[in-house]
Amino acid sequence: MSPEPQPISILQARFPQHLLGSHRYRGQETVVVRREGLREIARFLKDDPALAFDFLLDLCGADYLKFGRSLTSAPTLATPSPLPYFMKPKPTTEIWERLVLNDEYRFEVVYHLYSSPHNHRLRLKVPLTSADPVVPSVTEYWKAANWFEREVWDMFGITFTGHPELRRILLYEEFKGHPLRKDYPVSKRQPLIGPMI
Amino acid sequence: MATPVTETTSTASTEPHPLSGAARAVTARRAGSNETRHMFLNMGPSHPAMHGIIQLILELDGERVVNADVEIGYLHRAFEKECEGRPYNNAIPYTDRLNYVSPLINNFGYCLAVERLLEIEATERCQYIRVIMSEISRITDHLTCIGASAMELGAFTVFLYMIKAREWLWELVEAVTGARLTISYGRVGGVKADLPEGFAERTRRALQDVRKVLLECHTLLTRNRIFVDRMQGTGVISKETAINYSITGPFLRGSGVALDVRKMSPYFVYDRMQFDVPTGEHGDNYDRYLVRMEEMEQGMRIIEQALRQIPPGPLNIDLEGNVLPADIMVDEAKMGQVEGFQQAHVRLDPTLQGSTRGYHEAVNAQEKRAVLPAKEDTYGNIEGLMQHFKLIMLGHGIRPPKGEYYSAVEGANGEVGFYVISDGSERPYRVRVRPPCFTIMAALPELIIGDLVGDIIPTFGSINMIGGELDR
Repeated sequence: MSPEPQPISILQARFPQHLLGSHRYRGQETVVVRREGLREIARFLKDDPALAFDFLLDLCGADYLKFGRSLTSAPTLATPSPLPYFMKPKPTTEIWERLVLNDEYRFEVVYHLYSSPHNHRLRLKVPLTSADPVVPSVTEYWKAANWFEREVWDMFGITFTGHPELRRILLYEEFKGHPLRKDYPVSKRQPLIGPMI
Repeated sequence: MATPVTETTSTASTEPHPLSGAARAVTARRAGSNETRHMFLNMGPSHPAMHGIIQLILELDGERVVNADVEIGYLHRAFEKECEGRPYNNAIPYTDRLNYVSPLINNFGYCLAVERLLEIEATERCQYIRVIMSEISRITDHLTCIGASAMELGAFTVFLYMIKAREWLWELVEAVTGARLTISYGRVGGVKADLPEGFAERTRRALQDVRKVLLECHTLLTRNRIFVDRMQGTGVISKETAINYSITGPFLRGSGVALDVRKMSPYFVYDRMQFDVPTGEHGDNYDRYLVRMEEMEQGMRIIEQALRQIPPGPLNIDLEGNVLPADIMVDEAKMGQVEGFQQAHVRLDPTLQGSTRGYHEAVNAQEKRAVLPAKEDTYGNIEGLMQHFKLIMLGHGIRPPKGEYYSAVEGANGEVGFYVISDGSERPYRVRVRPPCFTIMAALPELIIGDLVGDIIPTFGSINMIGGELDR
């Protein structure tokens, strides 16, 4: 344990109005913030010498549309039969929760930050509603966000305001829909494109 | 290069060629042609010097790159979507196909994330095996990267030597996993099978040979004038820019930042290994080459330490003196003749090598809700059969509690992250891969702008772009 205060407590002291919650699960720290405060918090996380999160290691989206509603995907099993006595899970003290009470918040944009001077990691999550999947871009603080945000737009259809050129990156422009959304049908056919004549 | 030329050839053919394009443009302007225009050039998607399908759109002023754009996604296979649709262990073959030059590291990174969600710890022997296999993969990856980019600069011999060395290492991988590329060796809670007999000795011999090859290549490349001229000062990226682009791995270390996941947040048993993290200082292709060369040496150091420290596996001695082939034992089990099976160690047939009882316990966590029983138990007793059923049949399977975990391992190109979200069902709710060469490719325009077209080749080679993990 480092003697300096943990990132979560610093953020709680500094931005109480923007924080929706925080927890520590399996040794990893997560902070859930409102999108209104994202840019301010991002700048603070990057520039504050006590935090100095200089790496945006990863930026991804997640769609919680069916979260916890698909306990089994087997067509014949509504609930699986109970586990035999020798396969019972160990009791655990750590309980994970989403920290977002309102079910309206369907999407989350997840930022994995790393601070090389302090060797800290932090997960920052921004919940978004399905009616308004828009979040400010952080490209001006971390250039790595440029391609990552394009990928999230490509896969989830989440718009990043202030992004220099938000266009598809892995898929092609004619692709319809955003495939990592949970309501995207896996067997959907897409328009074939050929050489432009 | 610097040798004096005879007077007959000196006039026309020995002009300083790298700037000839730009020089020509200048002369054209002086000669009164009213405008100079930039040329657009498409490199790829299918180009002999591109190690993958990727398109570079270049804006050129003569031979100098003024602007560049990178188009990726040609190898997109919906890895993340595919993972959501099947049980946890079934994603492992897909992870092989991310970085297909060092697939073992991906396997272990994914397994680590799911293990943390389940709160299980792999056995000590398994962790050593994972370290050894990861380092072997790292060496094969670096050999491929350096060999291929040296070949593109004309050093074909180096390529052949390095691929030969890689072959020796892949033979080791094949002996352990049964495959060379699509290895699928990791399992949640362990690995597929224990190391084969005589592995330590074979590895030591292979490493000796690899060292000789590296020495030869070192002699051929490191002070070779042509190679140095092409590598030094090209593809330069500063420390700050590299960090801002979240570049990790040897590419970042070439710019002088000594960051390595194995040191900063050790996983498996890397905290017991002694190794150095080599860094460059200029951030150019040549420094990255040196970093990779040194990392191979450090990798071999780690392998040798791990082989010395690894706790012994089960002795292949039958306690009761009856050595049975696995198929005969299975037949007997079907007839109910199961007495004494708990003690009997069986001789292995090739398909089950290293995964029978005894070996199985040594390399897999004692966690019945995640790890399949040894095959003898599946066929030999009711608990084993039930356990197998509960893990395999449709609708059952491994069920981590609700939660999320981001596992970071040091891949050959940088940090490979697996972000797994579980909603308590038997299929991962979301699997996200943090591909290390994605961020480097995002920085590619900055690397090549200002350089010559010919410099793209060594720069691109030093990125070690792997289409599988870039496009997923």
